[in-house]
Amino acid sequence: MKILSIALNTFRENLRDKLLYNLLVFALLMIGSSVILSRLTLGEFHRLILDLGLGSINFFGILIAIFVGIGLVSKEIEKKTIYTIVSKPVARYQFLLGKYLGLTITLFVNTVVMALGLLVVLSAQAVPIEGLLFKALALIFVEFMVIMAAALLFSTFTSATLSAIFTLALYVIGHLTADLKTAGAKMDDLSRGLLNGLYYLLPNLERFNLKGHVVHHLEVSGSDLLLIVAYGGAYTAFLLFLASLIFHRRDFR
Amino acid sequence: MTPSPDLVVQTDQLSKIFRVGFWGKRVTVVEGLNLDVRRGEVFGFLGPNGAGKTTTLKMLMGLIYPTSGQAWLFGKDLGDPQSKARLGFLPESPYFYDYLTSREFLRFYGHLFGLWGAALDKRIDELLELVGMTPAKDLQLRKFSKGMLQRVGIAQALINDPELVVLDEPMSGLDPIGRKEVRDLILRLKESGKTVLFSSHILHDAEVLCDRVAMILKGRLVACGRVTDLLDEGASHPVELVVDRLTQEGLAHLRPLADKVVVQGDRILIVLKSQQQVGAALEIVRAAKACLVSLNPQKGSLEDLFIREVEGHRSSTER
Ligand SMILES: Nc1ncnc2c1ncn2[C@@H]1O[C@H](COP(=O)(O)OP(=O)(O)OP(=O)(O)O)[C@@H](O)[C@H]1O
Ligand SMILES: [Mg+2]
Repeated sequence: MKILSIALNTFRENLRDKLLYNLLVFALLMIGSSVILSRLTLGEFHRLILDLGLGSINFFGILIAIFVGIGLVSKEIEKKTIYTIVSKPVARYQFLLGKYLGLTITLFVNTVVMALGLLVVLSAQAVPIEGLLFKALALIFVEFMVIMAAALLFSTFTSATLSAIFTLALYVIGHLTADLKTAGAKMDDLSRGLLNGLYYLLPNLERFNLKGHVVHHLEVSGSDLLLIVAYGGAYTAFLLFLASLIFHRRDFR
Repeated sequence: MTPSPDLVVQTDQLSKIFRVGFWGKRVTVVEGLNLDVRRGEVFGFLGPNGAGKTTTLKMLMGLIYPTSGQAWLFGKDLGDPQSKARLGFLPESPYFYDYLTSREFLRFYGHLFGLWGAALDKRIDELLELVGMTPAKDLQLRKFSKGMLQRVGIAQALINDPELVVLDEPMSGLDPIGRKEVRDLILRLKESGKTVLFSSHILHDAEVLCDRVAMILKGRLVACGRVTDLLDEGASHPVELVVDRLTQEGLAHLRPLADKVVVQGDRILIVLKSQQQVGAALEIVRAAKACLVSLNPQKGSLEDLFIREVEGHRSSTER
């Protein structure tokens, strides 16, 4: 209940933040502008609209996840609002989870708005809408959840700027982990072990990317989908657990 | 050491060392602090800027962890959720959620104590009235002045009707009327059986309000006790005597008894060394047929004690 109160308060605070609206407007413009581009290229408008649309949703969602995520806790410490919360009967992990849940709600609403924008564009251009599209959207959101948790984790022990850099780095590397393994295969034992370790430790974010499937109409089975969602959930839980551990020990000064 | 159940706040050799800068230089901010606050008293926590008051209160509130030593609230270890439920805290220069109105803000904080619905709304209205913020109840907090934030901050600290109210510099940022209101509020809390612990460097407030005070300097306790006891400690207080039309001869007799004599036309101010001189001085005044204007014992003030301690400390470190 306390977690939910904190979450709803975070959501309300987010709703009144102008940054979010700006990002949302940009995202919708981007999705809409794919219409012009698709007219320019002959043939394959469908492919391009889908690719650009999902890409914009992904990009702007990640931006929100990182830039709101890193401020979630550090702003509360900087502005000392946390002093009055932690001195109330609220455990630190409850505070952290509440903040996380609040951002999740915020980003969910944003994702729904962006997805609706995409659906409007698609139906206006008479692009057939397949079930696969929704699976792709769902996995995009799972990726957001992982990235938000990472931003939160970093912000429990470093400054906002460093957290942003770390999260961004994790995002980029997370999409390249498959390359780590291929690169390792050609190296000596030690390097291979190291790269393999990294491969398993870092999130494999490419797993959440179904854009290629959507564009090329490659169906994904329900059990595969479930497995990927479970992977995202477990990774998020792991990051949040680490964040709580660190957050529990730190001084608010 | 085991905590005593009668004490609302208790610390045992509480210390805090901060690590600052790139090399993690150790700075001792609070050192071996022993405090006890009893149920139902108003306790003043005094000291100059940077003495370590806020740091100590933050340790008690579970915001930072002590480097060594122990502390208890209501006989329980710091951070215990049950004791937090009986606590209200106003941080130093509070700053709250910008985009909430004071009502939304207090409602949110009520939820954290498990308060909901009509009972909570009623409590919020009472509190806004109490701190004089009813007219601004639907205004967003980012539009508040410093003093207004301070008032909502006090309301926030009282939302759960706490047994112990901890206020870090509750008067700062308030105008004279606001100060008086906070003083009255503290007295009202005491009347209703609450325990109040507040920090301040405004000694007058502490003198008027507190049952007991503790004074710290560079993180160490230098004085602790009832205000009257601290003020009486080792002092034979001077007495100020003002007379009109005293003859030169009378003045000559008085001089040996006096610490200081100030002549202003007809009026003469004489500071007697102590109470013991009063009888003799009055004899001389009567014999000289002068007119007695006033006779005032100079009660020491916390201010004097404060300055004495600070200067004592300075000279002892210089040596
Ligand atoms: N986060 C911190 N890191 C390092 N040193 C700190 C930190 N916070 C406080 N200090 C130092 O600790 C000392 C005590 O600070 P504190 O805020 O507790 O004083 P205070 O008694 O509350 O003073 P004031 O009356 O000005 O509020 C100061 O010398 C300050 O520089
Ligand atoms: Mg202070």
